[in-house]
Amino acid sequence: MSGNHEKRAALKAAFPHTVPILTGFAFLGMVYGMLMASKGYGAGWSLLMSMVVFGGSIQYVAVTLLTAAFNPIQALILSLTINARHLFYGISMLKKYTGTGRLKYFLIFALCDETYSLTSTKEPPEGISAKWFYFWITFLDYSYWVIASFAGGLLGGLIRIDLEGLDFVLTALFVVLFLEQWREKENRLPAAIGLLCSVISLVVFGADNFIIPAMILLAVSLLCGKSRLSKQYHSQKAGEEK
Amino acid sequence: MSTVQVIIMILALAAGVMVTRFVPFVLFPENRQVPKTVEYLGSVLPPAVIALLVVYCLRNVDFLHGSFGLPEILSILAICGLHTWKRNSLLSIAGGTILYMILLHFIG
Repeated sequence: MSGNHEKRAALKAAFPHTVPILTGFAFLGMVYGMLMASKGYGAGWSLLMSMVVFGGSIQYVAVTLLTAAFNPIQALILSLTINARHLFYGISMLKKYTGTGRLKYFLIFALCDETYSLTSTKEPPEGISAKWFYFWITFLDYSYWVIASFAGGLLGGLIRIDLEGLDFVLTALFVVLFLEQWREKENRLPAAIGLLCSVISLVVFGADNFIIPAMILLAVSLLCGKSRLSKQYHSQKAGEEK
Repeated sequence: MSTVQVIIMILALAAGVMVTRFVPFVLFPENRQVPKTVEYLGSVLPPAVIALLVVYCLRNVDFLHGSFGLPEILSILAICGLHTWKRNSLLSIAGGTILYMILLHFIG
């Protein structure tokens, strides 16, 4: 297969998966750009922020930081804590992203929640290049966010959109991906453990501080269940190879 | 804040994000054998983390006051129903989101 044809085929296979993210990012990105504009940071700043930082929740938090006193150390620590969950994403993508060559830097650089939720659970269709399939998912999601936040900055106070609740599209995406995972029997135990650990942490530590305790609880539980879970995992792998 | 200070802030935020994204790949480069435990975690984490992301999205919902999280609960039930019935991801996502927006309008 020629290089260009290979890339185009992968793009065609990747795009439909990203449509919910296009919807969610178009909305959340625009709102972000508008919020920044309302604090005196125009479209250029939103564009720069989205291109360089590319992280939804930290960018929203940063709007407040940018209007407070200059404190880069606080910004760094806050960014590390809010984004600590990415460590898990990397661990689960080590294998899939092996052999992706130059593309790997971009795949890692732009590995956000939404992109991870797709690249970790979707496999490229028969005959489609895996590395280009993952690249396009990552690149499309990245572009949606960057373009939307720039557009939001340009529109600024010009229009008022009443699309309250549209951000639920990302929740809906994660629910659907959860259901898809649930269909595979060997995923049910880890999925249930994930749900339980997150809910317990949320109840105990509250909405603003639950992610890191949830991650620790999750890792400990999965490691404790290793003998049972890995047996299931291996028997499934063996089943696939038959 | 001056322009330079804003740029320093952006770089600090970006550094935080990039450290969390790159660390696993720096610790376990392609030419090194990944420890079995890490490999195992990598294989079971995706379903567990997707569950975490669902909870993360719902973290600010108040199930005890106001609308008691009814718009969220009903929309998620609708997604489960739709998805079990048709198993069309885009349809389930669109249906759930539209229902949520309608519910939010009336009982939110």
